[in-house]
Amino acid sequence: MPLTREHELHRRRRGLNTGLGLVLGAFVVLIFLLTFVKVTSQSLQFPDNLPGTSAATPAGEG
Amino acid sequence: MTDASITTQADGGDAAFGDYIALLKPRVMSLVVFTALVGLVAAPVPVHPYIAFCAILFIAIGGGASGALNMWYDSDIDAVMKRTRGRPIPSGRVGRDEALALGLALSGFSCVMLALAANVFTGLFLAFTIFFYAVVYTMWLKRWTPQNIVIGGAAGAFPPMIGWAVATGSVSLESVLMFLLVFMWTPPHFWALALFMRSDYDDAGVPMLTVTHGRPATRRHILAYTVLLAAVAFGTGLTSIGGPIYMAVALVLNALFVIGALRIWRRDEVMAEADNYRVERSFFKLSLIYTFLHFAAILAEALLKPYGLGGW
Repeated sequence: MPLTREHELHRRRRGLNTGLGLVLGAFVVLIFLLTFVKVTSQSLQFPDNLPGTSAATPAGEG
Repeated sequence: MTDASITTQADGGDAAFGDYIALLKPRVMSLVVFTALVGLVAAPVPVHPYIAFCAILFIAIGGGASGALNMWYDSDIDAVMKRTRGRPIPSGRVGRDEALALGLALSGFSCVMLALAANVFTGLFLAFTIFFYAVVYTMWLKRWTPQNIVIGGAAGAFPPMIGWAVATGSVSLESVLMFLLVFMWTPPHFWALALFMRSDYDDAGVPMLTVTHGRPATRRHILAYTVLLAAVAFGTGLTSIGGPIYMAVALVLNALFVIGALRIWRRDEVMAEADNYRVERSFFKLSLIYTFLHFAAILAEALLKPYGLGGW
């Protein structure tokens, strides 16, 4: 027999913590996949004036 | 913390995970999810399936957030009504402050995430819908006017428009008609319930039409809204989201619904009490499947369209 008896309260708190942990974990996966889909979709366009892009490099340089 | 304090808290009710889920009104959420999904699928612009999934999820969370805010504000009414007495706040399992915090946090979260996943217009639309339900309906109209159901019903009618906006980024005739379909359906649905659940609303002091204008007036209102609803339902069938399947479903359901409303209109309280509100109860049951089948028909038209079967 264990020294400490588990109370009903402990069980509910564990359930709450587990549920919240799973929700947060699912949110991380959700955002990761959303980012992946957004980045790989054809509608994603990078701004023309970003450093390193052809539009931002003056003609004759480099 | 001593063992004694633990025992005391347990008796007071420490919330379980399911209690917080209950705050989000999962049953209402299911209608929100379904109508928003239909709005999204029926829209003429294709959406990546994963983005569509995320958008519907954030719309559902937004709907749940407004449900939590509603339970926070209405906890005094919920404690009086038999139907709502077992909810997490009146039963003491969740504190009012917790419900408010959850509602506000999820409201902000869902709107921002929807704006990022779909478009900014949709995020703002969801924010407006939550505001409309939590502030305009719950805080302002519900306890003030017997038209609470009519105007408050708008909040429940926005999800198909939001779903449409996820795909198109705008509003159109079709999405407005889907809004009207739920908007015009809500009053007869709730007034039929109020006819045979009288004591609940009376006890809570909510100004339902049955209390302020009497039951014969409520019966007339049910008929008027049902006729207008039928016009909206057939009008929707003539647009790009309609088709033969939808029209067949609309024809049968609206015929049954109008006949039911006519029977309610012809009855008085003596007749209704004699058979324990049989007609009112069957009208209410029909109203439960009415919206579901209309939107299912719109969904069927949209899904069959690529195969040359759906639509006009």
